[in-house]
Order: sequence, then C-alpha cells, then structure tokens
Amino acid sequence: MEVAFYIAAAVAIIATMLMLRDLNVVHALLYLIVSLLAVAVVFYVIGAPFMAALEVIIYAGAIVVLFVFVVMMLNLGEHAVAMEQRWLTPGIWIGPTALAGVLLGEVAYLAARGGAQMEAQMVAPKQVGIGLFGPYLIGVELASMLLLAGLVGAYHLGVRRRQRTEIRHARDTHERRVAPSSDVVLAGTDRPARTP
Amino acid sequence: MLFSLGLIGLLVRRNLIVVLMSLEVMLNAAGLAFVVAGSRWQQADGQIVFLFILTMAATEVAIGLALVLQVYHQFKSLDADVLSEMRG
Amino acid sequence: MQLLWLIVAMPLVSALVLAVLGSHLSRRVVAAWGVGSIGVSAVITMLVAVEFVSSPPAGNAYTQFLWTWINVAGFQPHIGFYLDALSLVMIFVVTFVGFWIHLYSAEFMMHDEGYSRFFAYMNLFVASMLTLLLADNLLLLYLGWEGVGLCSYLLIGFWYRDVANGLAARKAFIVTRVGDTAMLLGLFLLFTSLGTVQIQDLMHRASEHWPMGSTMAAAAALLLLGGAVGKSAQLPLQVWLPDAMAGPTPTSALIHAATMVTAGVYLVARTHVLFALAPPAQFAVAVVGGATLLLAGCSALTQHDIKRVLAYSTVSQIGYMFLALGVGAWSAAIFHFFTHAFFKALLFLGAGVIIEALQDEHSIFRMGGLRKELPVAFWTFLIAGCSLAGLPFITAGFYSKDLIIWGAWSAAQGHPSFWIVGMIGALLTALYTFRVIFRVFFGPIQIPVGKRPGYVMTVPLVILAFFAIVAGSVKDPLLAFVQSTLPPMVEANAAGMTETLSEVVAALAFLSGLYVAYLCHLQKRILADGAVAHPAGRALHAWWFADWGFDWLYDKAFVQPFLWVAQLNKNDFIDAFYTGIARLTEASYRAVQLTQTGQVRWYAAGIAAGSVVFLAMVVFA
Repeated sequence: MEVAFYIAAAVAIIATMLMLRDLNVVHALLYLIVSLLAVAVVFYVIGAPFMAALEVIIYAGAIVVLFVFVVMMLNLGEHAVAMEQRWLTPGIWIGPTALAGVLLGEVAYLAARGGAQMEAQMVAPKQVGIGLFGPYLIGVELASMLLLAGLVGAYHLGVRRRQRTEIRHARDTHERRVAPSSDVVLAGTDRPARTP
Repeated sequence: MLFSLGLIGLLVRRNLIVVLMSLEVMLNAAGLAFVVAGSRWQQADGQIVFLFILTMAATEVAIGLALVLQVYHQFKSLDADVLSEMRG
Repeated sequence: MQLLWLIVAMPLVSALVLAVLGSHLSRRVVAAWGVGSIGVSAVITMLVAVEFVSSPPAGNAYTQFLWTWINVAGFQPHIGFYLDALSLVMIFVVTFVGFWIHLYSAEFMMHDEGYSRFFAYMNLFVASMLTLLLADNLLLLYLGWEGVGLCSYLLIGFWYRDVANGLAARKAFIVTRVGDTAMLLGLFLLFTSLGTVQIQDLMHRASEHWPMGSTMAAAAALLLLGGAVGKSAQLPLQVWLPDAMAGPTPTSALIHAATMVTAGVYLVARTHVLFALAPPAQFAVAVVGGATLLLAGCSALTQHDIKRVLAYSTVSQIGYMFLALGVGAWSAAIFHFFTHAFFKALLFLGAGVIIEALQDEHSIFRMGGLRKELPVAFWTFLIAGCSLAGLPFITAGFYSKDLIIWGAWSAAQGHPSFWIVGMIGALLTALYTFRVIFRVFFGPIQIPVGKRPGYVMTVPLVILAFFAIVAGSVKDPLLAFVQSTLPPMVEANAAGMTETLSEVVAALAFLSGLYVAYLCHLQKRILADGAVAHPAGRALHAWWFADWGFDWLYDKAFVQPFLWVAQLNKNDFIDAFYTGIARLTEASYRAVQLTQTGQVRWYAAGIAAGSVVFLAMVVFA
C-alpha cells in the first residue's frame, strides 16, 4: 500500500507542476484533474475512502467542470495562448519559487519534528457521519448557509443586463473623483509581464 | 509541497482562471493535510474539516467564476494586472 | 530740584500715551501731547536751573535716587539722576531746543501719515536723551544711549515705505552698534577693574588706583572713545550721518544736529578723569576730532543736497568739539555744543522750510533767488550760517569756535598743528556755508515757491536765530559755571600767539571763505563750474563727494565679505538637517508608495511573505 501512496503523491506533484507551466488553459485544467485524482488515491490509501469519493465527485467532478464551462464560454482561443507566452518570461519564476520554497522548508521542518508514522487504518465514514451530526452540527448549518449565499451571489453576478451604462460600480458613490488612471482602459495586450 | 506549488502558480500566472485554479490546488493541499492528520490521530475530525473545506471551495469557485465573467465583460481581458486601479 | 525726575518722565509718559492711543486721537491732541510734554520738561528744567544756580547744592552736584534697578551678588546699579553743571547745561539745551523743534514739526509733519507715531518716537527720543544725560551710573547711561540709537533708527526710517530710508536707518544702527560694542567693552573693563558703575565713584577710584599713563585707563578711555565716535559720527564711523538725512527734517534737526550726536561729546566730558589719566587716549581724541573736521569740511564743499551739506557740517563741528576735548579745553567744547545746538537746529529747520516750499527739492543747484520769496527763512538761515562760519563779534559761533581754536594752540595738550587744522576748518566752514547761502537764496529763481510756512514754523526759527546771536554773550558766565564740574582750560603754551591774534586770524579765515564763496557762487559761477570741469578738480570733487571713499572702503572690507559668507551659509548645515528630515520622509513615502501597486498578485506575494516570516518567528524564536 505504501508504494501506491508514493506513486500517487508523485503523480499529484508532477501534474501540478505541469499544470503551472502549460500555456493553454484547457490543458492546465486537464492536468488539474489528474492532480485531483491522484490526491483522491492518496485519501483512499490513508484510510479515508469517503473523502476520496467526495474528492472525485465534488472537486474533480463539479468544480473543475465549472472551470471548463467558463473557459468554453469565454472562448479565448489562440490569442490567449500568445498572450500567456508573452507574460510568462523565465525570470518570472524566481521570486515566487523562492518564497514558496522557504515556506515549504518551514512546513517540512515542522512536519519532521512531529515524527509521524504511517498507519493505514481506516476511519470509517460512519464515524464521520456521527461527527457531523454531533459536535460539528453548527458547522454543517453554516456550510449550508454558505452554499446558499454562494448560490445567490453567483446568480446575481452572472446576470448580464445589456443596458448597463455605468462603467465602474464604485464610480456612482464617489462622483467627485477625477479621471481614472490610464492603465485601466487597455485590454492588457501591451502591458509587459511583470513579476509581482 | 502542493501548497507551495499552488502558491507559486498564484503568484506567477496572470490569467485569472489559472489563478483560481491555483487557489483550488492550495485548498486541496490544505484539505489533504487535514485528512492526513485525522488519519494519524485516528479521529474523524480531519475528514469532517475536509468536508467543510470542500464545501467552501465549491462556493468560492462558483462566485469567483461569476466574478471572472463580470471582469471579462467589463475589461475585455483576463489579465490580473489590469485590475490594478486603486481608485473607487 | 525734587522735580528732576519729571523732566525725564514727562516725555516718556507722552511717548507711551501716543504709542498706545495715538491713532485714535486727533492731530491737534497729538500735537498738544507731543509738544506739550517737551514744553513742560523745558519749564521744569528752567526752574531746576534757576534753583541750582541760585543756591548750588553741596559739591556742586545733586543726586536723586529713584529705585534700585538690579540687585545681584553685590552688583546694584540703580535708577538715579545726577545733576551738575555739565548735565544741567546739556538738558537745558535738549529740552529748550527740543521744544522749538517739536513745535516746528507740529506743522511740518501735518500732512504726513503716522503723525502720532512721529511724536511718539520724538518724545521717546527726548526721554532717552535726558536719561543719558542725567544718568548717574554708566549702565543707565548705556540704557539712554541705546534708547537714542533705537529712536534714531525709527526716525530715520520713518517713511518706511521707501526702501532706501530703511536701508539708511539700518546703516545708521549698525555703524553706531560698532561703537556701542566698544563702549560696552569699556564699561565691562571699568566695572571689573574698579568694581562700580557709578560714574562719580568711578572717577574717584580711577584717579586713586590708576597712575598717570596707566594702560588700563588708556584702554578704558579708548573703548569709551570708540562708543563716542560711533554715536557722534566721527572718523572712522562717520558714514552713517549723511545717509541719515533720509529722515524727516525735524528729526535731522533734533537728533542729528543738536542732541544725539553730541552724546559722544558728553560721554568723553563725563569721564574726563579717565582721559586725563591717559594722555595717549586724549591725544587720540584730539586727532580724531581734527581729522574729522577737515575731512567733513572738504566733503561738505562738494555736496549738492542741502541736508547732506548740513550733515557733513555737523560732523565737522562735532570734530571741533572732540578737538577741544582732546586738548583739554573741556568747557570750550561744552560751550561750542551750546551754541552749535542753536544754529545747527536753525539751519536744519530753515532747510526744511526751503525743501517744503520747493516741493521736496533738495539740490541747491536747482534752487535760487529765495531771498525775496521766503524772507524769514532767508534771514534766519543767514544768521545761523554766519554763526556757523563764525562772523566776528556778533554771532555766538564765533566765540565758541574761536575758544576752541585758541585752546588748540594754547592748552596743555595743545599743539600748533591743531591750531592750523582748526583754522583751515574755519575757512572751509565759511566756504561751504556761504556756498549754500549764495546758491539757495541769491541768483535767479529756478523753482517757484509753492508753500510758505505758517506761524507755527516761523516762530521757532526766529527764537532760535535770536539765541544763535545772543548765546555768545553768555560765554564767560557759562564757562565759569561749567568749570564747577570740568577742569578749566590751562593755558600752558601760549607762547607765540595771543588770543586776540588767534581771533583776528579766524576772522580773516571767515572773510576769505566768504569772499571765495561769493566769487565762485554768486559773481562768476563759471569759476566753480570750471573748477569741477578740470580733470584734477573733478577727481577731487568726486572723491570728496563720496565722503573720501569711506563708504566704498567699508563696503569692500566688511559688507561684501559678510554677504559672501551669508550667501555661502545660506543652506547651512542646520537647515540641511531639517530639510534632510523632510527629504527622508519624502523618500520613505515614495518607498512605501511602491508597495501600493494595486496588483492582486503583488498583495498575494505580500501575504505569503508575511506568513513565511510569521512562521519563522514561531518556529525558530
């Protein structure tokens, strides 16, 4: 079983790395799916089969599908690939990699101090259910309210009224503001890639 | 590890959709950490928390993508740097 | 004599009242206060004088103690007035002449803005001058000294809207400041070595502790001389007085002719013991006086602004007084001061009438023929001019000047060369005086007369003219009176000359000066023009016109370097410190501004970095 764990972990990491590098958004999405599936395998191996199932169904199945919908709706095409190419200069990777590397180092240090060993015993879904209806009942209710809020919000944001004349929502409440800065109007095609 | 990768992706890519994807990766990594911890201590709490994380991630993706759609219609671009105007 | 303090208090109170309430009072009331306070002072002075002369107090001096000023570790100067013959003569002149000048200026300044301000300053001046004259300790004297300096500055720059007036005032103040500093040093020296600032005590202790010819006495005397030189506009600090003519004419009459500029003479006379103990210092006084009187006489010969001629004339006449002090003819100097106050004030007031009548015309070469147009001004000016030049036997100036010139030969520290200098000075005096008179009052009328003076202005002229003549007759009583305080003039080396012979030579000098002036400025004016047109003559004329180059010299030696240093230090390091703070703030603002990019990825990176640091702190600390 341990072998499966290591293989799945490796796949997840490699898939994520590939996802970051790919210029085409759809390819990146596919890599993401692979990564999520690998993580599901990891869940199964460490004894949380219910979570594995949830991971596949909700995460890979619903969320990524949403991404795909949006990508398809926006219909960016070749133009987007060209843009991405211009944005992603090699030098851009240095800073974030360093930052994330430091973070990784710290976390690894902390984890190593913990001295964990692998136990492959399963925690049954039944226990999860009992926990949900017991101590974590409030959490469940809150989660459902969160979902409701998300639903309403997504609907509201998604509605497009063709006759909307105001450019920026905030403009209404601050009429006295002077003319906006110039970098907003452009569609971003001529802005050079900049490291954050 | 996954978290770090997700962080890198967040910081590097300018396409908003990829940014959101990286965010998902980070959430996923955090949830993985929780489940592993729950398994280590043989408690159900880790998985319960992961459930909540999952729920939250789903909601956030929904709203985030709706916002992305709005951004695209307003600015005609998915560049994260375009959204840098600080007035209003 | 108890009323001594009122003499000072009246003008002081009036000055305060006018300063505070003046702008709310009508001109009549302001004039009444301003002139009246000096009038009351003059009356009280005369009462005090009568009492003093008829029943002199013990020791020929009267002290009035008012209150203790400072009381620190045994140093206790107090506010007290000391009246003896010397100060009595001087306060009489100040209040009497001052009264007539104030009366004159009541009408003269009628059309100027700042009427109450003028009278406030003038009254404050008189109060300070009286404090100076009546002070019984050097510190109070210095207070009065500074007070008159301040009022001089305020009054020279009275018409402050013209920048040139302010500059002239500033120049006067700074130049006299140089002298004041020397005087202060002398004061410190005297205090630290003799332990008191009371003048009479100082004189006693000096003669006890310091032998004849001691260096301490010489040092103190020379420092006090420095102060006197500054205030009285003698060489080398005479540069401020001609420019001080920028002030109103009554100011010039009061301050820069009759009173303030004689403060130096008073100081030397007061501390005569020190000078007597230090012959080199006294010799320096005489040299300064002699050199100044020649220098100023030559400069007066070339000026074309009527007031500047009179200013140089004042410098020259005070040179005579210093010469007298320097050769030991103390009472002669005071007598000359007495007469000079009358005729010089009269000259200035007359000049004021002329300037007003010709709508502010100052140049004598553009005036002419005013003899018939302004008769009162003409006759009084003529009388004063003759007195200044020394018309024999009639005028007071003849007697006083002649006494000095005779003393220059015959007194203990006299020397024939001083006599010669005095004679040449007399010649020059006659020359420049009559140059002005002939140019202004004779000849064709160039500018028609606009405004004729009223009674308020002509009465003072007449009164002062009367005294310019009559004052000479009080010569002997006055001298005897003053000699109760100052040592009499000892005729040590009278060989080779008698007083009568000296007087005859002086009369000849007067006549020759008159004749030459008549020739050049009335008969054949082309002679004067020719002298100036000749290259040597023109150079000499230009040099004397510019006050023998002193202004230029001081400008190059002191003013320019100072300005250069000031310019260099304009962004001095203290400034740099404060601007540095501002720039630092600005720089840090810009630095912080860089973090506000508005880009979400940048902020995410910030969060990540922050969490990294936080974790590190938790883990490793």
